[in-house]
Amino acid sequence: MLYYLGLAAVLFSIGLFGVITRRNVIGILMSLELMFNAANINFVTFNKFILNDGLTGQLFAIFIVVVAAAEATVGLAIVLLLYRNWRGINTDNVSIMKW
Amino acid sequence: MDLQLPELNLLKMLPEIFLFLWALAIITFDLGTRRKTGATVGYLSLLGLLITGLILVFTGYGRGFGNMFYNDPLALFFKMIFLGASFMAIGSSFGLTNQKIVNHRGEYFALILFSTVGMMFLSSSNELLSLYIGLELTTIPLFVLAAFFKDNKLSVEAGIKYLVVGAFSSALLLYGLSFLYGMTGTTDILLMKVNLAVTQLKFEGNIGLVLIITIILLLAGIGFKLSLPPFHQWAPDVYEGSPTPIAAFLSVGSKAAGLVAFAKIMVNGLYAFYDPVMRPNDWGVLVGVLAAAAMILGNVVAIRQNNIKRMLAYSSIAQVGYIMIGMVSFNELGLASVAFYIFAYMFANMGAFAVVAFFEDKTGSCQIESYTGLAKSSPVLSIAMTVFLLSLAGIPPLAGFLAKFYVFAAAIKMAQAEGSYNWLYWLVGIGLLTSVFALYYYANVIKTMFFSDADSPYKLSFTLPVFTVIMIGLVGVFLFGLYPEPIMKFASEIPTSLGFIVD
Repeated sequence: MLYYLGLAAVLFSIGLFGVITRRNVIGILMSLELMFNAANINFVTFNKFILNDGLTGQLFAIFIVVVAAAEATVGLAIVLLLYRNWRGINTDNVSIMKW
Repeated sequence: MDLQLPELNLLKMLPEIFLFLWALAIITFDLGTRRKTGATVGYLSLLGLLITGLILVFTGYGRGFGNMFYNDPLALFFKMIFLGASFMAIGSSFGLTNQKIVNHRGEYFALILFSTVGMMFLSSSNELLSLYIGLELTTIPLFVLAAFFKDNKLSVEAGIKYLVVGAFSSALLLYGLSFLYGMTGTTDILLMKVNLAVTQLKFEGNIGLVLIITIILLLAGIGFKLSLPPFHQWAPDVYEGSPTPIAAFLSVGSKAAGLVAFAKIMVNGLYAFYDPVMRPNDWGVLVGVLAAAAMILGNVVAIRQNNIKRMLAYSSIAQVGYIMIGMVSFNELGLASVAFYIFAYMFANMGAFAVVAFFEDKTGSCQIESYTGLAKSSPVLSIAMTVFLLSLAGIPPLAGFLAKFYVFAAAIKMAQAEGSYNWLYWLVGIGLLTSVFALYYYANVIKTMFFSDADSPYKLSFTLPVFTVIMIGLVGVFLFGLYPEPIMKFASEIPTSLGFIVD
């Protein structure tokens, strides 16, 4: 079980690192997916090893997948708008507002 | 394995179901009439909200969907706030002449309604899964709304910032929730409470690294939604860039949703961890520090803003600080004062943003300087703005004052009752001190409007919906400032229903 949790933790950390350091919006969205999937793995692992009598964790994981897909859809739509307005999706340029 | 189907009792969800269907109907209607409906969709959305409110009153308390869906005083109170905030946001969007809103009224109003459904669902959910779904249903429409002015760089920037931050925070929250699920073996919040206490007994109160990580993850996840420092940086940018009524809705509705999530997961779910007998103020101090940071940072940075939307954004960060004082004074007055605070805050903040939205639409400016001399050319608007700002600052006859008073009273009461809660005195002190800063920048706007020799080039006259919203705000601010008893009585049912001992 610890291997699975470790895998999730590593995925989560990679995602966290990616969100913070990436300068490309698509990269950030991909890193966010990694973080969501880390939570997914956690849920399924806990469900399997700690409470193998219910489906709650698995159901939770499925719901997360659905919600993450919805978020990615909206996210990509906004990225498209970003591209139209800035001719690029690098976040360094996208900071008109400061302080 | 057999699956036992829980009792559905869908009638208890009727307000949500109705509002959801109504929003779908609005989109369909808008498309069906080839977008030539003018303001009708707006009036339809307002009507839908009113009907939902009525249904809500008649639905009453009860449970549905097994134990996933509770209609307790907490849920009902906050649903009222969400409906009110949504009503005022839609009302203040009416007059907007921006082509994007005029051409896409159907989606715009329907998305606000969808987000409201999410908030209502969230406030009733008593279970991690439905809570998470409610939270996402709240935020995903708001991403779209923040980026609604598709060819305006500011709006798109606000959208992408809100999207990245929102998704990031829900990822943090989820990871935290997964640990909570692992530790307690359940997603039911009430059961979680019991199981956590059992787990804690098993480890002799030694909560261990996992729980600390979990609490930090949950705090970060909800802190982003609440724009609690250090998770606040997105708020001013998003408020400035997004359409003004949406900024208002974000600052009240989405914040109240975050508060509900906080009350449910942290205050209610992790109950065992602040039960004075078992473990006094474990994470309370941490939240207290964040609240202090919010009050100081929000109020100080707001002083040097010259864009009124950014000023209101920083002021809303500061207001969250005050709210969190009530949240961490874990007594029966605490949660009640939080509920009353957000209720009073709704009227004042939605009203102020309605004025800003109206002004921005007519003059195209959000700068504080452009309010110069407004009192001469449009006195009613300026007086309304003054009242809202004074209520936000917490000046006596207005609702904002009582809200602050209750929050501080709750904190002092807890500090007196429990010796280990001495730090609450500090929090109240910081709160009182920073209120002075707050008064300074609110008064600055008032000064610009009233005490300036220059004449305002703008002559503004009201349109009916804006007038209605401003009137609702004024009436709320005055009425509940002078006569808070009914609301406070309702609010004080919240902690009782969550199992707090009333002495």
